[in-house]
Amino acid sequence: MKIAILGMGAVGRGLLEMADKKDLGLVVTGIADSKSALMDKDGIHIDEVLEAKRVHGFCGDKSLSAVDIVSHADYEVLVEVTPTNATTGEPALTFIRSALERGKHVVTSNKGPIARKYSLLQSLAEKNGVSIRFEATVCGAIPVMHTLTQGLAGNRVLAVFGVLNGTSNYILTRMEAEGLTYEQALMEAREMGYAEADPTYDVKGIDAAIKLVILSNTIWGLDTVLEDVEITGIDCLTTDALRLADDQNCTIRLIAQSIPSRGVLRVSPRILPKTHPLVVEGTLNAVTIETDMAGEITMIGKGAGSVETASAIIGDLMFIRDHYAGRH
Amino acid sequence: MKLEMKDAPGQLVAALQPISEVGGNIIAVIHQRDEKAEDDRLGVQIVLEIPDDRLNELIARIKDKGVNVVRIGKRRLLYTQTVIMIGHIMHTDLGDTVDRIDRTGFAEVTDMNMVMPAINEPSSALIVIRAVDRNEMEQTMEILRTVAKEKDLLIIEPLEEIA
Repeated sequence: MKIAILGMGAVGRGLLEMADKKDLGLVVTGIADSKSALMDKDGIHIDEVLEAKRVHGFCGDKSLSAVDIVSHADYEVLVEVTPTNATTGEPALTFIRSALERGKHVVTSNKGPIARKYSLLQSLAEKNGVSIRFEATVCGAIPVMHTLTQGLAGNRVLAVFGVLNGTSNYILTRMEAEGLTYEQALMEAREMGYAEADPTYDVKGIDAAIKLVILSNTIWGLDTVLEDVEITGIDCLTTDALRLADDQNCTIRLIAQSIPSRGVLRVSPRILPKTHPLVVEGTLNAVTIETDMAGEITMIGKGAGSVETASAIIGDLMFIRDHYAGRH
Repeated sequence: MKLEMKDAPGQLVAALQPISEVGGNIIAVIHQRDEKAEDDRLGVQIVLEIPDDRLNELIARIKDKGVNVVRIGKRRLLYTQTVIMIGHIMHTDLGDTVDRIDRTGFAEVTDMNMVMPAINEPSSALIVIRAVDRNEMEQTMEILRTVAKEKDLLIIEPLEEIA
């Protein structure tokens, strides 16, 4: 199956490495980063491109760009893994729309376009007889979208809630285990590479809220946006608060929760018994889906990382290959 | 709960049986032999715990056994929830914060554990609230959220059971 990849950050590189290393039947015919692009309908030599990126900081021809790949490369699936823009979803949104309009499938890890324009993109895909899949946008390696759309098909989903942000979970875990202050735990998270220089998205609950919007819109076909979510971050938490919770055999986690029947759509620090399945350690993610037939299902796994995210993207690619086999 | 029944064998057991049937828990039975009412009827006081929504059913079942329910005492607050508050709890009139809950009549702050670090740094407090039942607890939390917004306090609520 021929794929074109936009974005050569950690996720794009992780995907290329796996496509090169594992025998997945993926042929990469186009690659673009922020500065350059290259295409070859017979397949690009992945190892050479990774080497070029490592040495020069860009992957291909500087006279080409992502737009050229989207419109002219010979591919069946566009893999869009450029950085998230939570406000407009651009430029990824335009890339995705162009690919769908060309009758190409899209797999993305980019939260912006899905959180902003899910229903539009979904109907555009349907109109063109292709699919848009975005397993990697929520809970990293955890196959939550596959579980919801395939595994739990026929169930009525009543609620979804979980730990959707690994960075804030790491900070809370360290505050709880070592009695660190919020500032100390954040500094440690940065040193470990778990938090970005500007941790606002993570610690203020925005990243978790975007993922909650994606889950809600996908599960219930809603048109909620980030602004609909009631958000409280973890940046005002004290070590004392965690100690007080600890005295009760409880702890505090940043929980994203959507219960449409009760109008609940919120991200906030919550008190949970330490034995609760959502109390996971470090950068792990956990999500509970409550349904009418299956009851409660909780999944725990790695929420970030280049190879982990590649796992989610490859899962989507393999689904498209199997589902649309023989149609091309 | 004060009951009145015939002073005959088996009557007390008959009166108590419905309590366990509706999921109640008997804490004490006080048998007042000297407090005989007219017609040789006997007064018995029972202290029990029962989910609030089962109370009417219990009364009906007890009456079916030919026992009179004379009086139902003060409802106890059986629904407990623990929250943590962070901010300038003391300097935003803690007395008022607690009073806003207590004066609802259906909920009370029953315990508080506060940690106050250096001046100007936010305090943290664990607060135990008891309410008559789940609905009233939800109303109480709504009041608390409003108070927290007014006073710029952060309230950390427990993750409730869903469904």
